[in-house]
Amino acid sequence: MKQQTPLLKRIRESRLLWPFVAWVIILLFDAIVEPGFFKLGILDDPVYGKHLYGNLVDIFNNGAPLMLVAIGMTLVIATGGVDLSVGAVIAISAAMGAVLINPALGNQLITNDILTKNATNTPLPLIILADLAAGTLCGLWNGLLVSRARIQPMVATLILMVAGRGIAQLITNGQIMTIYYTPYFWFGNGYILGLPVSIYIVVLVFLLAWVLIRKTAIGLFIESVGINAKSTYYSGINEQNIKLLAYTFCGFCGAIAGLILSSYVHSADGNNNGLNYELDAILAVVMGGTLMTGGRFSIFASVIGALVIWTFTVTVYSLGVPANALLAAKAVLVMVVILLYSDYTRRLMNRLVERRGSQHGTTN
Amino acid sequence: MAQRIRPFLLRYGSLLTTFAIFLLVFFIGGRLYPAMQKPQVFFNLFINDSSLLLVAIGMTMVILSGGGGIDLSVGGVIALTSTASAALLRSGVSPYIVIPLMVVMGIAFGALMGWIIQTLKVQPFIATLMGLYFTRGLAYIISLTSVTIKDPVYKTLALTPIYIPFLPKTYIYPTTLVGPIMLIVAIYLTFFTRFGRTVYAMGNNEQSALLMGLSVTRTKMAVYAFSGFCSALAGIVFSMSLLAGYGQFATGMELDAIASVVMGGTALSGGVGNVIGTLFGVLIHGTIVSILQFNGTLSSWWTRIGVGVLTLIFIGIQSLFYMRKKHG
Repeated sequence: MKQQTPLLKRIRESRLLWPFVAWVIILLFDAIVEPGFFKLGILDDPVYGKHLYGNLVDIFNNGAPLMLVAIGMTLVIATGGVDLSVGAVIAISAAMGAVLINPALGNQLITNDILTKNATNTPLPLIILADLAAGTLCGLWNGLLVSRARIQPMVATLILMVAGRGIAQLITNGQIMTIYYTPYFWFGNGYILGLPVSIYIVVLVFLLAWVLIRKTAIGLFIESVGINAKSTYYSGINEQNIKLLAYTFCGFCGAIAGLILSSYVHSADGNNNGLNYELDAILAVVMGGTLMTGGRFSIFASVIGALVIWTFTVTVYSLGVPANALLAAKAVLVMVVILLYSDYTRRLMNRLVERRGSQHGTTN
Repeated sequence: MAQRIRPFLLRYGSLLTTFAIFLLVFFIGGRLYPAMQKPQVFFNLFINDSSLLLVAIGMTMVILSGGGGIDLSVGGVIALTSTASAALLRSGVSPYIVIPLMVVMGIAFGALMGWIIQTLKVQPFIATLMGLYFTRGLAYIISLTSVTIKDPVYKTLALTPIYIPFLPKTYIYPTTLVGPIMLIVAIYLTFFTRFGRTVYAMGNNEQSALLMGLSVTRTKMAVYAFSGFCSALAGIVFSMSLLAGYGQFATGMELDAIASVVMGGTALSGGVGNVIGTLFGVLIHGTIVSILQFNGTLSSWWTRIGVGVLTLIFIGIQSLFYMRKKHG
């Protein structure tokens, strides 16, 4: 039997292979359908200064919230759970920001003049802190329900998925709040050294997560909880706290995503901010090769997965397909990817490869 | 005496609790708002929650069958059936063809999800969550905006009041009857057929049910098909009561249904509970929603938050109950 080169084998078994292949195919498609898709230029913006612009920059900039949510979701799914509430957490965090900015306070007579003023009620650092705190609290709540109250993750987070949108509406008093405070727009629209701020935020959060899970034992603990929570507990690891950490971190990621998203669209809408993000995030994670049952995971692969989905979404939008109709296609895609990574398919693939290998062996 | 009461309480305790809570909630509502004492308010619960009752019956069966079984696709199936039927009716298809077609579609979709779950070993929540997005997406593909229904048959079914005898000025609609009829069917199925006993056996321990020679695979598929059937019926009832079809209908219905099932005393781990409890769960849900509506100052988002809190409280009560049962 011929020995396969280790490199080839490593590429074949790498979880980054398929997301990358998918990404390349989508980008190729874009290049053919839309000439000039890859064109990058430098724009001298009166507000944000000189910066890069082009479709690729937009994909990174607009896909940033999804990448963030995917990082958090990976950790949660790796523990064998799921967080359906990320979309609602995004809405809550966005609502929090909008309300704190709202220049019309209390019983003050609200005129259009006051509402559209480029001013804020709360200093910006406090707003950011409140945003992050709100999302992290939501994550903590989910984590407590799952780890301490022992409610199934799906049910526990479903409660926040539905009730959270109610909470977001409660915060904004049921209104869609438009934000006019320009410094707040920096997170979604600003640039540092010609690149969107949101990219730096993603890199920061990614590094934080990476250090957390790969430079400490926490990553290993998360995987072991996902593979077998009970035996992890018997090995003396506090399995509850690991889960709590994963959900809290996911809430934190959702909060940052909400900050970027509301800053990008200049408004907070309890019903529509981050709508269906849970679907995209789950899709990103399964695309990155993390099994829904938990265990081995890679946040980098999930980020690539998120990038693939965002590119796909943008491509389909540019073909003129309505956003909501895309849901059906994405749902089918999740099922297909899950089935591709399932034990059943893997066994089938391995058998095929082995058979070809043994045929080579007999002829040589 | 105590020896007799204890098993009785353990067996029917959660059902009695649910019933008592329903009476309590209704009583509180009546005290707060005297208008709620009218008999019509009670029947309004059935009118307003007829589709929720249907969905919750299907959900009960799925949750009873155990193995983390859940059907998150119910809201999506309602949206899809309502939009598809509205679009078909608009293009002039007879309602006598549309209704059976929708029901068949619901059953087929449920059976497909059951097959994916049972044969391809995908977790129920992920398969049905994808079912939710898939059906909602299809509904949006059919129409991005709300489609109104002008069919005379639908209109008659939706708007003819049936007066309740002996009660003045109290009525229900023909569509209201679908839920209670389905409830009777479900009671028959769960208590008096082999199918029902298999569902309970599976819910308690799938492995031993399999070793007993029960047809686990077929029953699991049937359970999801049943839920799809109930959701499709709910979608038809929903589109009749609103005389429209839209992809955004029944958002968050899955949590309402799960809340009703849990309030009805069915354990999320499966094998424990029954559909009668679910009826009272739906009624509690409806009563609380109508209290929130009677109190005009409370806005609609309070309903969402309220349902979430309720679900949590009841999951808490349940886990206490079963903990005691295990130790006692």
